[in-house]
Amino acid sequence: MDKTLYTLIVYSENIAGLLNQVTAVFTRRQINIESLNVSASSIDGVHKYTITAWTDEDTIKKVVKQIEKKIDVLQAHYFTDDEIFLQEIALYKISTPELQSNANVSKIIRRYNARIVEVNSVYSIVEKPGLTEEIIALYKELQEAGCVLQYVRSGRIAITKSRVERINEFLAGREEKHRHCYNDLN
Amino acid sequence: MTEEYITGAEALMRSLERQGVDTLFGYPGGSIIPVFDALYDHRDKLRHVLVRHEQGAAHAAQGYARVSGKVGVCLVTSGPGATNTITGIADAMMDSTPLVVIAGQVGTLLLGTDAFQEVDLVGVTQPISKWSYQIRRAEDVAWAVARAFYIAGSGRCGPVVLDFAKNAQVEKTVYKPTVVDFIRSYEPVPDTDQASVEKAVKLIDEAERPLVLVGHGVELGNAQKELQMFVEKADAPCGCTLLGLSALPTSHRLNKGMLGMHGNLGPNVKTNECDVLIAVGMRFDDRVTGNLDSYARQAKIIHLDIDPSEINKNVKVDVAILGDCKQTISLLSQKIRKNSHTEWIDSFKKYEEEEYKSVISKELFPASGPLNMGEVVRAVSDAVNDDAVLVTDVGQNQMMAARYFRYKKERSIVTSGGLGTMGFGLPAAIGATFGQERTVCVFMGDGGLQMNLQELGTVMEQQAPVKMILLNNNYLGNVRQWQAMFFNHRYSFTPMLNPDYMKIMSAYGIPARRVMSRDELADAVKEMLSTKGAFFLEACVIEEGNVLPMTPPGASVNYMLLDC
Repeated sequence: MDKTLYTLIVYSENIAGLLNQVTAVFTRRQINIESLNVSASSIDGVHKYTITAWTDEDTIKKVVKQIEKKIDVLQAHYFTDDEIFLQEIALYKISTPELQSNANVSKIIRRYNARIVEVNSVYSIVEKPGLTEEIIALYKELQEAGCVLQYVRSGRIAITKSRVERINEFLAGREEKHRHCYNDLN
Repeated sequence: MTEEYITGAEALMRSLERQGVDTLFGYPGGSIIPVFDALYDHRDKLRHVLVRHEQGAAHAAQGYARVSGKVGVCLVTSGPGATNTITGIADAMMDSTPLVVIAGQVGTLLLGTDAFQEVDLVGVTQPISKWSYQIRRAEDVAWAVARAFYIAGSGRCGPVVLDFAKNAQVEKTVYKPTVVDFIRSYEPVPDTDQASVEKAVKLIDEAERPLVLVGHGVELGNAQKELQMFVEKADAPCGCTLLGLSALPTSHRLNKGMLGMHGNLGPNVKTNECDVLIAVGMRFDDRVTGNLDSYARQAKIIHLDIDPSEINKNVKVDVAILGDCKQTISLLSQKIRKNSHTEWIDSFKKYEEEEYKSVISKELFPASGPLNMGEVVRAVSDAVNDDAVLVTDVGQNQMMAARYFRYKKERSIVTSGGLGTMGFGLPAAIGATFGQERTVCVFMGDGGLQMNLQELGTVMEQQAPVKMILLNNNYLGNVRQWQAMFFNHRYSFTPMLNPDYMKIMSAYGIPARRVMSRDELADAVKEMLSTKGAFFLEACVIEEGNVLPMTPPGASVNYMLLDC
C-alpha cells in the first residue's frame, strides 16, 4: 500500500504517563514514529503532541481513533503536508578552525540562510530552521566540508491551515454538553 | 464545626461505600495493610471475599460484574499481588467488563528505588486498562475513586487500576464526598448521527435477507428487550456472538444460534448470503469473521457500537450508528416498518437440519461409547430448566457449554471471550454467586480447573454455591483437537495426568461425584442440583472428542467442517 507522511496533532490533558499511552498505539501496530514533539499548547493545562509517521490512510484513521480513546486525550487529528504549516529546526556544531580556514563553509551557511549563534576558538554553532530536506542537505554539505562536530534536528512542529480552531470548539462543546446534562438533571 | 481528619485508607472505605460497593474480592499484603485495617471496621457494609490467589480475585470480580451489571472490585497488595491480577485486567479489557482493581504501592519516597514489592503498576497496566492512576496523597482518594468508578462503568466498560501508595493510605485528610460524572476529555457515549439512522432504516426496510449479529454490547447496554422488539419488527434472524448468547432467549424463533469458528452452521453460512448485515454491540473478532477478505462481501453492513474506534477496525461498514444501543436500537425500531421475511428465515432450516444430523444428534444422543461433552452440558441445562447462569473455562468445555447450554434470561453467560483465559471459570463462577441469586453452573476442563484449583479454598470458606462440572478427558482438549486436525496427530504435551479429584474435593469438604457412564448422568446431575451449596461433578468424557462444526483458521465464515 502507498505510504504517506502523516502529521498527527494530539491534544491532551497535562498528565504524566500519557506520552507512553500515545506512542504505544504506534508500537502495537508496528509503525515507526518519524518525529515527535510535545509541549504546552496555547490553552492552559492542555498539551499538544505533533507526531509524524509514514503509513497509509486506513491505518492512520484507526491510529487516531485509538489515541482519542485514551481517557485523558482530548482530540486527535491527522494531516497531510498541504494542510499544515510546518517547521523544524537544526543545530550544527562545527569546528571554528575549519570555518576560518575553509571559505566554502561560510558560503554554504549563507546559501542556506542559516545563522551562526555562537563562536569561540574551538567551535561555532549554526542554527537552521526549515524543512527536513534543506536541513539534511545543509548537514550533508557541512559534513562533506569536514567540519561537523555535532548535529541535531528537532521533531516537526505544525500548525493547521484551517480557519477553525477545532480544539477550542471541542472544549466549548464539551462544557456546553456538561452544563446541558446538569440542567436536565435539575 | 471542626473538620474530621481520617486516613486515606478510611477515605477509601467511605468512597467505596458511596459508590454502592458491597462486595470486594481480595488478598492482603504488606503495602495494603492499612486499607485492610480500615476494612476491618467496615465489614458490616463491605463484604470481603478472601481468595487464594490474586488472579482469582480479579476473575471473581469479573464474574460478579458480568452477572450483576455492577462494577467488580478487587483489593490486593503491591508487587506480586498486583501483577497477579494482570491477566484479569487484560481479560476485562478485552471483554469490556467494569472492574476496579485497587492495589497497594510502596510509599512515594520509595517509588522508583526498586523497593521491596515495588512494581511500576501504572506503567504495566496502561496498555491493558481503560485508566490507570497512582494515588500519592490521601486528599486525592475521594476524587480518584469517584473517577475510577465513573470510567469503569460508563461508555464501553472496562478495567481501571488504582495504585495506592502506602503513605497516602496512612496520611490524614478531610474526606469530602466527591462525584465525577463528567470528564472533558472522555465522551462515554458518542452522539448519534441522525442521517446515519435514516440511512440504516432505509437499508433495513429494503432488505430482503437481513441478518442481525447480537454482541455483548446488547447485554452491557441492557438493551435485550429493545433488541427483541427490533428483530421482531424487522423479522430479521439473528446470530449471537459467544458473549452475546443470552441477550436473546435461545428458544426465540429468530435466534439462529452462535456465530463463529465453532458456532452454528446457519448464521455462519447466512453471513455470506444476507443482503443487509446489522451488527449490534459486537466487534467483528477474528473468531467470528474467519477470513476477512471473503466476509459478508455481498452485504450492506450496518454497525451499531458505543466505541468509535471499533468502526471500520476489522470490517468496513456502510453505515455506522454510534451511541448507546439501548437508545439506538429503539430509534431504529420506531422508524423501520413492520416486515416479514418468512422465506429467508425458513432457508435456515436446511442448515439447522444438516448440523443436527451431522453434529448435534451425534454429540447429544450417541448410541454407545463414553460420555460426550455436549450431552453432559445439555443434561445440566435441561435439569436447571435453562434458567441458570452458565460460567465456562476456556477450550473445548467452553465451546461445548456455549453450544449446548440454553438461555432463558439475560446476563446468563460468563466466559472469557477475547482473551481466552484458562483458569477463568472457577473464580468467575465464585464471583457470579455473589452477584445474583440464580444457580451458577461452571463447566471446566481438567486443564483450566487446575490453573486456579486453589480457589476451591474460597468455595469452601465462603460456602459459595457453585455447581462445578468438570469435563475430564485427560487432555488439553482444544489444542489436542488442533494437533489432530492440523499437526498430524502429534500430541505434543497435551495429554495430562490427572489427580484424583474426589480426594481433592473431600479434602475441601465439597460434595462430589464422578460419572463414568450415560445411565448415571441424569441422577448425578439431579444430586448436584438438589445438594445445598457447592457441588463438584466430574464427568469422565470421551478422551478424543472434537468440537464441531469448525471453521478452520483462515477459512471463510461460510466454510464449516462437519466432521474431522
